[in-house]
Amino acid sequence: MTQVFILDYGVGNLLSLKVALEKVGLNAKITPPDTQLKKADAITLPGVGNFTAASKSLAPVKSDLVNVVQDGVPILGICLGLQLFFQTSEEGPGEGLALFKGKNIRLKGNLKIPHMGWNSLRIVKQNELFDGVSDGAYVYFVHSLYPEPEDKTIICAQTEYSNLFTSAVADKNIFGTQFHPEKSGDVGLQILQNFARIVSR
Amino acid sequence: MPLAKRIIPCLDVTGGCVVKGINFLNLKNAGDPVELAKRYSDAGADELVFLDITASSDNRETLRDIVEGVAKAINIPFTVGGGIRTTADARLILCSGADKVSVNTAAVQNPDLITKLADLFGQQCVVVAIDAKRNRKIEQGKVTIQTSTGPVWFEVYTYGGRKPTGIDALQWATRAMKLGAGEFLVTSMDRDGTEDGYDLELTRALSERVTVPVIASGGAGRPEHFLEAFTKGKADAALAASVFHYNKYPVPVIKEYLRKQGVIIRS
Repeated sequence: MTQVFILDYGVGNLLSLKVALEKVGLNAKITPPDTQLKKADAITLPGVGNFTAASKSLAPVKSDLVNVVQDGVPILGICLGLQLFFQTSEEGPGEGLALFKGKNIRLKGNLKIPHMGWNSLRIVKQNELFDGVSDGAYVYFVHSLYPEPEDKTIICAQTEYSNLFTSAVADKNIFGTQFHPEKSGDVGLQILQNFARIVSR
Repeated sequence: MPLAKRIIPCLDVTGGCVVKGINFLNLKNAGDPVELAKRYSDAGADELVFLDITASSDNRETLRDIVEGVAKAINIPFTVGGGIRTTADARLILCSGADKVSVNTAAVQNPDLITKLADLFGQQCVVVAIDAKRNRKIEQGKVTIQTSTGPVWFEVYTYGGRKPTGIDALQWATRAMKLGAGEFLVTSMDRDGTEDGYDLELTRALSERVTVPVIASGGAGRPEHFLEAFTKGKADAALAASVFHYNKYPVPVIKEYLRKQGVIIRS
């Protein structure tokens, strides 16, 4: 059975993601970051915690993780997990995995921060992760920062809050969502199902 | 599109069952929190709140089982409150699958708890619930609000609305936010259970003083009440129990009404 590792690099609710991945037929395992990553058929970087703390706890496995991803193992980063795909963050010091060039910046403006709740996707590049997801679909967000990729072609969805920001990226086997698919009702389940299909082939 | 306004059914749980008027359903598992959670989630609820109204220590195990069951059954966010006094209590609830914890009495007694929770789990995890009641005896040092029925200040009550604290709810909210509250669940004790509508003056006064989301609670009886909570009350979310439990206005009916009125609602 396809084995998906959920990398546990902080404190938080990973159970929801595990349950959601199992619902779409994946065998999900919550593992510490120093696990034998080569055994994974796919990896998810969940979205709990703070960039600096996460960067610290991922540091010892950074090169292994990057190697595995460059070998083609599908990875899904959620929220902070997506932000960790990039180089730096305004949240604090520390380095991300630098799978993509770019930094994470704070949402600005006079709207309430964190941006928490249901907001809609503007799909700018159709992608297999979004198969069956319609433009304007609502998904659940909880965040104060978002990634700004240097390479704009990896952006597949944007969302408008105080400004228009990147809400999903996709490039080959690397997928990331700023929202939480595991908390986004049927739309989220569809996205995870698509990820499961990508993983299983 | 800006953020959608959230509709949140609230389930009061005691001894493993949901209480507050769902008895009429008289189904085999009518009082089962997991089943109700699933039903509301399928009906389009944007989020759920569970309040353990007994909140005694011997019930914690039951509550954890429920939280885990709910986490497995639904894939929308949910908050759990009632009897959370320490970071250890909160950790158990969050590790069982809840997205947020709500604190009330313990936070009033020990405001540092808010900061500790926010530092450990993130501000977005910490909901501060405030039970407030209008007090017409105007005092110095309290925030007086000119309401349609005269000047009042809003007093915080603890222990499930049994104990007046003398604390000003608006001042408490401002302080709690600085300490790390990520969201406020504001219940009007004057309106709770009346189905006369939310206390819009309370909701608005509080919403205008904080920069984190506010959930209006207490008094919802008709679809217009939800609309007013958002327009006049400036709330980000509206919580209700009996209108949903009695199936008087199912979630889709409320949402359709709001959409027609131009409110941004998740479809």
